[in-house]
Amino acid sequence: MAVSNQTKNQHLLWRAGFGPAVEQLQDLEKYTPQEYYRALVKASAKEPGYINIASDELLNLYETYLTPAKRAALTADDRRILNRKQQAAVKDLNLYWLKEMIGSSAQLREKMAYFWHGHFASRNGNLFYNQLFLHTLRKNALGDFRTLLKEVSRSASMLYFLNNQQNKKGHPNENFAREVMELFTLGRGHYTENDIKEGARAFTGWTANARGEFVFNKKQHDEGVKNFLGKKGNFNGEEVLDIILEKRQTATFITEKIYRFFVNDTIDKDLVQSLSESFYKDYDIGRLMERIFTAEWFYTEKNIGARIKSPIELLAGIQRMIPMRLDNDNALMNLQRILGQQLLYPPNVAGWPGGRSWIDSSTLMMRLRIPQLFNDKDLLNVKPKQDDDVMMGRKADGMANVPVKPAAKKVPKPVAGAGLINAKIDWPQYVAKFEKVKREALFPSISAYLFQVNAGKIDTVAAKFVDSSDRAAYIRSVTIQLMSTPEYQLC
Amino acid sequence: MNKKSASFFNKKQTGPGLLIRRKEFIQLGSLATASLMMPKFLKALENQAAVPAGNKVVVVLQLSGGNDGLNTVIPVRNDLYYKLRPGLGIQKNKTLSLTDEVALHPSLSALKGLYDEGNMAILNNVGYPNPDRSHFRSMDIWHSASQSSEYWNNGWIGRYLDAQCHGCDKPTQALEVDDVLSLALKGEQNNALAVKDPRRLFGTSNEKYFREINKTGGGDHHDEKPVDYLYKTLAETMSSADYIFKQSRLHPSSATYPNTELGSGLKTIASLIFSDINTKVYYISLGSFDTHVGQDAQQGRLFTQMSEAIKAFTDDLKKNGRMEDVLLFTFSEFGRRVAQNASNGTDHGTANNMFLISGGLKQKGILNAMPDLEDLNQGDLKYNIDFKSVYATVLEKWLAADSSKILKARYNTMDFI
Repeated sequence: MAVSNQTKNQHLLWRAGFGPAVEQLQDLEKYTPQEYYRALVKASAKEPGYINIASDELLNLYETYLTPAKRAALTADDRRILNRKQQAAVKDLNLYWLKEMIGSSAQLREKMAYFWHGHFASRNGNLFYNQLFLHTLRKNALGDFRTLLKEVSRSASMLYFLNNQQNKKGHPNENFAREVMELFTLGRGHYTENDIKEGARAFTGWTANARGEFVFNKKQHDEGVKNFLGKKGNFNGEEVLDIILEKRQTATFITEKIYRFFVNDTIDKDLVQSLSESFYKDYDIGRLMERIFTAEWFYTEKNIGARIKSPIELLAGIQRMIPMRLDNDNALMNLQRILGQQLLYPPNVAGWPGGRSWIDSSTLMMRLRIPQLFNDKDLLNVKPKQDDDVMMGRKADGMANVPVKPAAKKVPKPVAGAGLINAKIDWPQYVAKFEKVKREALFPSISAYLFQVNAGKIDTVAAKFVDSSDRAAYIRSVTIQLMSTPEYQLC
Repeated sequence: MNKKSASFFNKKQTGPGLLIRRKEFIQLGSLATASLMMPKFLKALENQAAVPAGNKVVVVLQLSGGNDGLNTVIPVRNDLYYKLRPGLGIQKNKTLSLTDEVALHPSLSALKGLYDEGNMAILNNVGYPNPDRSHFRSMDIWHSASQSSEYWNNGWIGRYLDAQCHGCDKPTQALEVDDVLSLALKGEQNNALAVKDPRRLFGTSNEKYFREINKTGGGDHHDEKPVDYLYKTLAETMSSADYIFKQSRLHPSSATYPNTELGSGLKTIASLIFSDINTKVYYISLGSFDTHVGQDAQQGRLFTQMSEAIKAFTDDLKKNGRMEDVLLFTFSEFGRRVAQNASNGTDHGTANNMFLISGGLKQKGILNAMPDLEDLNQGDLKYNIDFKSVYATVLEKWLAADSSKILKARYNTMDFI
């Protein structure tokens, strides 16, 4: 069966971005995927602006703490106040980036940055380290992998997350060296425990200052000769990274991961082999992505609708299609946590496992309810688990223990943090896109925009549950019903 | 939101006149109504156990946030303890005495009772090599049962479920009483279910639309494509929700439990234990024990909840003749530092104690030496029991499962059961 141009374009927009946006609906048939891809590249070409969400108050507070004399005078309470402000700001950064994913035309860049965020998974309570790290990911998202790897390796966020400030001559901490090889470049089985030991020696003295700037502490650096991946020399960290990049396996490992994430969980060995051979020559991420997104095989049925959307892709994708304003930021944070993916807060340095692991009975039922929660002003009567790393023993501020909504159709008062999503959906903008569609063609038209897999059966069920009272209500209810299905979880 | 971000957030705002009239979507707002029409729980059948004795069950009680073990099982004769905790150490005369040397936190009276009647054991110094002081990571390690250098995407109870649930249609051998499923209960093949309130899970999954969707999904899927996996999960959720709800109504506990989340959670667990449901492992959490500041009040409040709920639960089990078949154990991701901090709290530490509660214990009381406060690792306790040995013991001796397959290594088992 031939795949329609529209489906191919949607496929591209889901994989190279966060799904089609309402503004694009009428154009989806007009252009070729190649044209769309060129537009995505163009929109992502400009260097992204540095995201700085720190309030002057937080910045000043933080700056004060950088003065040694004042730092020494700090009480535990002072530190706690700063920590809380930092935590709140990291949450703001999370939501700001999510809004970029939804609203930015630089979809390809944000999607790549999102991929690298899962690959170079770092978690840090310091807002300023987070901002610097996020900028590294966004700036280099489509650039040179060599540069990206080196900047990540020199970032305060990663160095602290992997304890490299404790990696000193004579007292090595191998955590950083191990993860650089296991998770960031070569993958398990392509280095020895001795390579980790020797590599860790090369990274001794790598740390960062409180401003998040890289610091090379020469006194703590081990200048001796190291035996690393078959080479011998008094390597420093930079040289160790170069040796790792010389290994073809690094290109293969990255290409495989990109293929799994952007194309298909199931690897096509020949394709990956040929992609990684080209990637090895220049480590140019943009070129690798172009080879994938402009290839005919990318648009074959086998690859379309083959992935389970991550929670972030699901949340961003719904909001791109039906534009909305959310007054309750806490609800969006809680949804991330309930669904199992919180930006800037990966479970560990290995990132989110993805694929089927997104789905269990709780997350699936929640996913099916989300479009209705957005639309209905329904209560989010599900509590995320308490996060002790962030809560520090305080009572969860996000959610009251909200009982199941009573049958009476009272619209609850919007209380911040009480589990009310309180979305204001711009339905007129969405409904207007269907102005020229005949009534009988509305259902199949909406279905084609929302699904990347054959959904004939689900259409029949959903058709029984729609509101036919008027045209706008019909369009709205068909959309919400179709989004509340297992098929909509796929892209 | 601060000012700088507010301008960005307002960029895509829509006008105020766009609120949707709610009644237009009445079909979609009916999630809760189904549950309200359910008949009330049947009146309990007094003192009648549905399942014969010998059907072993484990209840895992997670104390989230890193409970301070030293103020839980207290070394009341140890000068170092009082020296390092001048404001936080609990004076002997306030504690609940177990032995000359050892006492319980004053709010744990139910546990003192269980200890006195021989239904409780205490393990000290439980931990793992190369401890991680991050809540998240350390909890990860306890849940997955990995080494601290490894990252596993599934948990020990999930893998137990894999072993018990080959191609079964309802993965109800393990249940978590919560809205969100923990890593511990995610397997390689199967995931357990998170159920806070069987009636509500039934209500949600019974929603007519989802029922109808579920019906379309059966047919020609083969569990190969992601869509098949989604439909399989949906079908399992619905069928399990029905099953759990029906079971929970068979022999609902008539006992009075404290009106706390833990209390109602343990009441749900008791009701399921009294039914003939196939669940072997229940999982429930209490928190947060992250007591950096003003530890005394917070730990006391949580222990009161814990003690009252456990009292109701164990009384209920005894009354229904099931105390011998149920093993409840507690754990926390780490203990806390030995010395108190400047805010009358404690910071993240390492090894900790575990309570083991059952009528079927083979060893009772305090099973090993109290922590050695003179032999610390940079101010932290040294572990000498790997928690994975406790898991191995429970899996092998209580659940008759192959622990080495589930834990992916062979750990020594102990003799408390």
